Amino acid sequence: MSSKNKPGNDLFLYLLRLGDTSLVLSHRLAEWCGHGPILEEDIAMTNISLDLIGQARILLGYASRVEGKGRSEDDLAYLREERAFYNVLLAEQPNGDFACTMVRQLFISSYQFFLFEALQKSADETIAAFAAKSLKEVTYHLRHSSEWVLRLGDGTAESREKTVQAVNELWMYTRDLFDMDSVDRNLLTAGIAPDMNLVKEKWEQKITGVLKESTIPVPPSDAWMASGSREGKHTEHLGYLLAEMQILPRTYPGASW
Amino acid sequence: MKNTDTAGLEKEFQDRIDRGEIIEPKDWMPERYRKQLIRMMSQHAHSEVVGMLPEGNWITRAPSLRRKAVLLAKVQDEAGHGLYIYSAAETLGADRKDLLAEFLSGRAKYSSIFNYPTLTWADMGAIGWLVDGAAIINQTALAKCSYGPYARAMIRICKEENFHHKQGYEILSTLMKGSLPQRAMAQDAVNRWWWPSLMMFGPQDANSPNSEELLRWKVKKYSNDELRQRFIDRTVPQAEHIGLSFPDPLLKWNEKRRHYDFGKINWEEFFNVINGRGPCNRERMKARKKADEDGLWVRLAAEAYAAKHPNLN
Ligand SMILES: [Fe+2]
Ligand SMILES: [Fe+2]
Repeated sequence: MSSKNKPGNDLFLYLLRLGDTSLVLSHRLAEWCGHGPILEEDIAMTNISLDLIGQARILLGYASRVEGKGRSEDDLAYLREERAFYNVLLAEQPNGDFACTMVRQLFISSYQFFLFEALQKSADETIAAFAAKSLKEVTYHLRHSSEWVLRLGDGTAESREKTVQAVNELWMYTRDLFDMDSVDRNLLTAGIAPDMNLVKEKWEQKITGVLKESTIPVPPSDAWMASGSREGKHTEHLGYLLAEMQILPRTYPGASW
Repeated sequence: MKNTDTAGLEKEFQDRIDRGEIIEPKDWMPERYRKQLIRMMSQHAHSEVVGMLPEGNWITRAPSLRRKAVLLAKVQDEAGHGLYIYSAAETLGADRKDLLAEFLSGRAKYSSIFNYPTLTWADMGAIGWLVDGAAIINQTALAKCSYGPYARAMIRICKEENFHHKQGYEILSTLMKGSLPQRAMAQDAVNRWWWPSLMMFGPQDANSPNSEELLRWKVKKYSNDELRQRFIDRTVPQAEHIGLSFPDPLLKWNEKRRHYDFGKINWEEFFNVINGRGPCNRERMKARKKADEDGLWVRLAAEAYAAKHPNLN
């Protein structure tokens, strides 16, 4: 998507990226509801899902104001098509087993942690306030997921095997988290968004630490990496997720709920 | 013959109950009182947990972000209720693991209401309004029961149930202000959930085998029929207020009784569903068993990790 026309458009797209990531990951975690490995984990996963939906509402609500075309947070969530969603590819990956869900959570929570930490100093006050508030939540998500990866990696042979597999399967989506295009660069210049290369450095350090402690090998640096979320090019999974999420507002156009 | 000591203790126990005293975990209590409470509390806890499934079915399809957040919070509360009641049952010497095993083997029951399917979004409204509404009536009564930990759990839980009830009613009243298909969706959900909600209070007093003893011990404070009537009296005006009706031609205010009269409940259906022959019994049990089986390696990993790092916890 071209964004050179208006500075507001960069901000709008940036907010969609952050908001869609929280929204889509929240959806995935909600799929676990009632099916978790222990009751405490059902509570924890719905809790994280709930935090993420709260983040999505703030971000899409702000995006709606920035756009100023009268599209509400719900219009943005429910009436955009797959190619107009900008969540990171990792967020839409299916839950898989519990190891897969926790590794995905670790990767994204760690990304959000360092991103939001930097965004607290954003020149955009609304974003800065959002980041400060959400950082507290993400700190808990990060602690929760890293503790699980630790237990699964350093638990039984079976759990270790599943965790290694999850890391290997999801690793290819981790570069997409940090890709920068003109939107990121323009907002970086404006002091609104951080340099993702710096966020990436911190992320790598954190993840390497957690994986080492979990006895899980870090995938090789020349591993093949997927990308595309900045342009709304997704994996095949997102379409199904949106079909499910959007069914009611699309079936009953204009209805209030 | 009964040991005289035990007879004395039982008399003293009943006297305490009659004086309205609250029984605490360390107090002496008849074995049967302990057993009945464990049975009731574990059924209650299982119901909270199974109850996550029919509503969890709609979280990913909730039609607005606000509704989604509210529904998520509600279902999370139910998981919390489960946990909280399991802990209360553990004060009686029960072990959550054993209770869970009894549930998964099919020996322990759970509320039959959760064996009905959630077919449309309006079911989220009907469940919150009717099912949580019925639960509030039951649990408000239990909040005055003679066993301290259960009563206290109920007081805490009832606060959250009121929010559940409200969000359900709000879903339906919004639908009733909507388009024709939305109003039809709401009415259809209420038609399907009305009778099963009435069954939540249990069989008629004449057919309720445990009731007499539970009333004497003040584990129950009101009979099934009393509570059912209370629910109907409270709910009918709420339905009228937003233009919903109930699928019962005999439902009518009785000025003489100062209560609503209502039609005959299909007890055959009730006993069928209780005994495994309901629309979703198999599915619900299958889902819980699968969660348990799929989660085994996770729980074993956590145990193994804890054993390797004893200083961490
Ligand atoms: Fe509950
Ligand atoms: Fe509830």
